[in-house]
Amino acid sequence: MLSLLRPRLVSARLAPRLSRVACYSSLTENDLAHFAKFLPPTSIISTFPPYSSSADELLPFNDDWMGRFHGMSSTVLRPKTTQQVSQILKWCNERRIPVVPQGGNTGLVGGSVPIKDELIISLSNMNNIRSFDPISGVLVADAGCILQSLTDHIAPHDHIMPVDLGAKGSCQIGGNVATNAGGLRLLRYGSLHGTVLGLEVVLADGTVLDQLTTLRKDNTGYDLKQLFIGSEGTLGIITAVSILTPPAPEASNNLILALPSFSNVLPLYQIVKRQLSEILSAFEYIDRTAYNLAVKHGQGRALSDDEVEGAECFVLVETSGGHREHDEEKLSHLLESLFESDTSLINTGVLSQSPAQFSSIWALREGVTEAVSKEGKAYKYDISVPLASFKDVVDGVREHLRSKGLLHDKAVKHVIGYGHVGDGNLHLNVVADAYLPEIQDALEPYVYEVVSSLRGSISAEHGIGAAKTHALSYSKSVVAIELMRKIKTVFDPHGIMNPGKVLEL
Amino acid sequence: MRPSAARAVDFAVKIRVNPQQTGIDTNVKHSMNPFDEIAVEEAVRLRERLKTEVKSIQAVTIGSPKSIDTLRTALAMGADSAIHVEIPESDPAPEPLAVAKTLKAIIEKQKEGIDIVILGKQAIDDDLGLTGQMLAGLLNWPQATFASKVEVDVAKREVVVVREIDGGGEEIRCKLPLVITTDLRLNVPRYATLPNIMKAKKKPVTKYSAADLGVDLTPQLETLKVTEPPTRVGGGKVESVDELVAKLKEAGITAV
Repeated sequence: MLSLLRPRLVSARLAPRLSRVACYSSLTENDLAHFAKFLPPTSIISTFPPYSSSADELLPFNDDWMGRFHGMSSTVLRPKTTQQVSQILKWCNERRIPVVPQGGNTGLVGGSVPIKDELIISLSNMNNIRSFDPISGVLVADAGCILQSLTDHIAPHDHIMPVDLGAKGSCQIGGNVATNAGGLRLLRYGSLHGTVLGLEVVLADGTVLDQLTTLRKDNTGYDLKQLFIGSEGTLGIITAVSILTPPAPEASNNLILALPSFSNVLPLYQIVKRQLSEILSAFEYIDRTAYNLAVKHGQGRALSDDEVEGAECFVLVETSGGHREHDEEKLSHLLESLFESDTSLINTGVLSQSPAQFSSIWALREGVTEAVSKEGKAYKYDISVPLASFKDVVDGVREHLRSKGLLHDKAVKHVIGYGHVGDGNLHLNVVADAYLPEIQDALEPYVYEVVSSLRGSISAEHGIGAAKTHALSYSKSVVAIELMRKIKTVFDPHGIMNPGKVLEL
Repeated sequence: MRPSAARAVDFAVKIRVNPQQTGIDTNVKHSMNPFDEIAVEEAVRLRERLKTEVKSIQAVTIGSPKSIDTLRTALAMGADSAIHVEIPESDPAPEPLAVAKTLKAIIEKQKEGIDIVILGKQAIDDDLGLTGQMLAGLLNWPQATFASKVEVDVAKREVVVVREIDGGGEEIRCKLPLVITTDLRLNVPRYATLPNIMKAKKKPVTKYSAADLGVDLTPQLETLKVTEPPTRVGGGKVESVDELVAKLKEAGITAV
């Protein structure tokens, strides 16, 4: 069986730690019998009788999207109602059974899969859209709604979701909120901390906290929902979200620019920000290797060879505005100033002429993540560092790996950088032939030390999960981490909510 | 060489029938008809292959003032100049015979003579697929429709075209001047590069009205009704085989 042959690096490191925490119980047939009292058979996948599923059927839930983290759970429960979630957690809390809440399982830090045999609670069956008000734009939906289906639901009313990410076809809104997903639109619409108006959360002991308000303004006491946003399933299970959706832009355009040198990115950003001002909705960076990989793996239509000659990196700019002619005039003005200056910041670029080309240009950027997965095994470092240091950080990591003799076909194949330049967020990806301990050791704590020296964040938007619990101290002080532990105890005294994630065991 | 470029609702847009049931809601994103985009691309590629043998590429559109966008795209892709036969915004879209007559009038106005006219095989809004064939008939020129490959031999003044037909391709040899209509597999249209977009602004666009060309664009067909296909009635999920059997029996399906 293939699953036995995969190296279980992180799980192997953490599972013993989870076992040492003696207070946890493992699932038994008795527990399954209890769940069967209020859950239909279709909501239970388990290797226990009478379900007797094979371990293979549980793989999509036990393994993370990257194939790097492998849980060993025997059971997945898929409740359909908040009440069912409450009943599950009440039981697990009493029995001290650790649980892993799971949405679309598209997370990149191993936060959505078990470390050992924790019970997986999947929100996939909770996929009702509860309401949408086309005047205020407030959408209320179950946590298991897939982001793309929410987008499709509100599109006829000329609204869009404030978050957008490459995983939109699989990720669920509950997971997006639990991880405070950033994505491609943050530059324009802000973070989920601002756009989420209310949450319905089931706490560790089964209590339902109904804060599912649709009010835009409500200053009445501590804003508890802010704690759950980004808590990665460690403080409670989000079962419904109330979110403010912005009106869809009347006019959208995008362009991809080929730059001769990385040092042009910052000055370009300044000019673009100034000239496009309120219509700028995305400013993304892709280095040459990332672009080549995206093209190699068929993500979106490539630019022609002479267009990309001499390009060290690319920038994707998107505009969203209320009036087509107005936006085109601004873009025209921008292009003129870029081409007519003595020292051109760009070699050339391409402007979308139709919605089809618009998608194709975006695919070149959004497809990098998938291209990386097809190319090899990725070590992902999603970091916030000063814009000016983006290239140096990537080059530095490459040189560091070269000096350790790890830069070759059987170890590290590529070191690439791409990301939300507008937000100061770089996705550093080290693409290897296989996950090897030597590569892991060469990268950590080296990368974290570099980030720390630049006073950056070791995880800009991906979160901590299981992958970065040991690195939390590089970006948060001892005082802060101690307060986090205290808060965790308040919400989850028995520590059953996604143990080993965010905070070290 | 003369590619024609029609403006149609973009194929990525979800179409809705208008409340009067006389047509579709046109208040959505429009862009150049994809087959016409392929036509413009083919014209530009022919110039890349034949170099100075291609003396000029002109893009033509017949439509409302907004149609100028499709001409700008065509110019940005590599056309040298454009002709816009402007019709008022409120007028109905011209029918294939009227378009063909207009194109014929434009071609006859060209002193240097036109060797090849490339059109999309059909417009994706009406899916009629008639204009190219009618034009060839009016001009008494040969036609090569649904082209998936075009090879021009300038010396012999001949073109070999592979046409898409059911079950494969048909290769035909035609003499110039020729009408070609493009099919999907002919090429993949290029992106408009920024330098070309800038250059396109300076390229000439000549405007005509239907009257200037002596053509009557009055529709000869009347659309009686447009309806959407019947909505699919949702299915239901069953929890077990027994339930499935019960539901099948309910629906009157018995065992064979």
